[in-house]
Amino acid sequence: MATVNIAMVWADALLWAQQPQIELSWNTVIRWALWLVLGFFGAFPGIVAYMVWAERKVAARFQDRIGPNRVGPLGLLQPIADAIKLITKENIVPRTADQWVHLLAPVIILVSAFLVLAVVPFGIGLTPVNLPSGLIYLVAVSSLSPLGIFLAGWSSRNKYSLLGAMRSVAQLVSYEVPQVLATVPVVLWAGSLSLNTIFDKQMEHGWFVFSPPGFLGFLILLIASIAEVNRTPFDLPEAESEIIAGFHTEYSGMRFGLFFLAEYLSVFAISCIMTAIYFGGGTLVPWSDFPAGTLGAIHSAYLPASINATFILVNLVLVAVFFAKVGFFIFLMFWVRATLPRMRVDRLMNYAWKSLVPLSIANVLVAAIWYELVLRPGVVFKVAGWDVRWFVGTLVTAPIVLLLIWLVARCNRLSEKAEVASTTAPAAAR
Amino acid sequence: MVINNFAFIGVLLLGAIGFALAPLLVVFLVAPRKKSRSKLDTYECGVLTFGETWVRFRIQYYIFALMFVLFDIETVFLYPWAVGYAGFGVFALVEMIVFLAILFVGLLYAWLKGVLKWA
Repeated sequence: MATVNIAMVWADALLWAQQPQIELSWNTVIRWALWLVLGFFGAFPGIVAYMVWAERKVAARFQDRIGPNRVGPLGLLQPIADAIKLITKENIVPRTADQWVHLLAPVIILVSAFLVLAVVPFGIGLTPVNLPSGLIYLVAVSSLSPLGIFLAGWSSRNKYSLLGAMRSVAQLVSYEVPQVLATVPVVLWAGSLSLNTIFDKQMEHGWFVFSPPGFLGFLILLIASIAEVNRTPFDLPEAESEIIAGFHTEYSGMRFGLFFLAEYLSVFAISCIMTAIYFGGGTLVPWSDFPAGTLGAIHSAYLPASINATFILVNLVLVAVFFAKVGFFIFLMFWVRATLPRMRVDRLMNYAWKSLVPLSIANVLVAAIWYELVLRPGVVFKVAGWDVRWFVGTLVTAPIVLLLIWLVARCNRLSEKAEVASTTAPAAAR
Repeated sequence: MVINNFAFIGVLLLGAIGFALAPLLVVFLVAPRKKSRSKLDTYECGVLTFGETWVRFRIQYYIFALMFVLFDIETVFLYPWAVGYAGFGVFALVEMIVFLAILFVGLLYAWLKGVLKWA
């Protein structure tokens, strides 16, 4: 009996994964062209340019300065001035470098950052392309960037670049594991890898972050994502005080500009992904499907059959809220950068393998418990007519999550103590 | 004509490559070119670079890379499990606990053996 069921579920899942067919009509072509021209090569680079401006302003405020204020009002034309400067600078490639790989490395990183954005549901019917295997696709394209970084460092034929590249590959490889594992609870709850379905399920059940395993998963995803885009406190690959500029030491002018663009585009992309998979996309209220359900009776991220005024209104609210959340995450990363110093390389690796990886693995099981208690259809705990599933789930899983965090912290402390003891003891006692 | 959704990814890939190469082309056309010997040297804070850079490099993270492969494969197993979990029920939960426990013991073993140390 059980085996038959499992076989059927597998067959369904496989069939479903293979059906992203779409009619290539003028409609589709126009939609794709609009996405490319207005979205990927219009709005997103624009957002990124102003993120740089915002970061300079925010960082200046944190350090009691004013920040850019010369080019245009409030320095608003600064990104344009920067772009002109980068384009008119001489392109210097070291004599001994591998010319072609040196050219292609920044291109690879930028491409990876663009591809990540292709599956994000910005609103109803506003997913550039809805892939049934969206999250696997995300993992695949985001792991292109370590390749680009390594090629950049290697092709420069500079010892500092090589050191930066070596460090960066170690770091990115280590933090990719918790980053990927932290998305598994969401997949488990939504029962799908498609970001559209994840969005739908959050309209139905509330934001996934509001549960003990969801919150832990979100924190792990946030930390690992900051490490994946090489930002402080995880910016060892480009630690300027130790290895000049790490993997992009030999890059100048527009080629450096591409690295810069790619870094900020990745920050934008991971903020979008965190918003989409843990913070309910564009929904405004955590436990309600406002505005989609209440205003327009829309319960799915797929494009509805008819487009009317309510649909447009709903989408305006959704997109506005989505970008407000994205803006919050971006600000959070600026804030972290202004607050925390850079980590030491051995602590960085320890933190990934000894804290984040065990926590994220255990968190998958806690997520399964949460599913059984709260999300499984038909599960109802009622007290005096009130549905108390959420409270029962929290009461059960919150202690488990806290215990896990305590356990991992304790193991780390003990192991560090043992290490210190073994290195500081006199030779005879060893 | 019916096509696969992934076609958009292909178009986006080409577009992104074009978007990255276009400014480099503009640079090629407008930027000044004044080459000199010392400008094209490897930049190591003003000191001439000594010896070959592409040498055999001690890879400190060999073990980490091995672990990465291990855990990435584990994730490949976890994703389908998570997608189908609703249909599998408690049986799948128990099975996954066993699977993760084995992995956990492996990680713990590596930890106690001291291989997770950046030397």
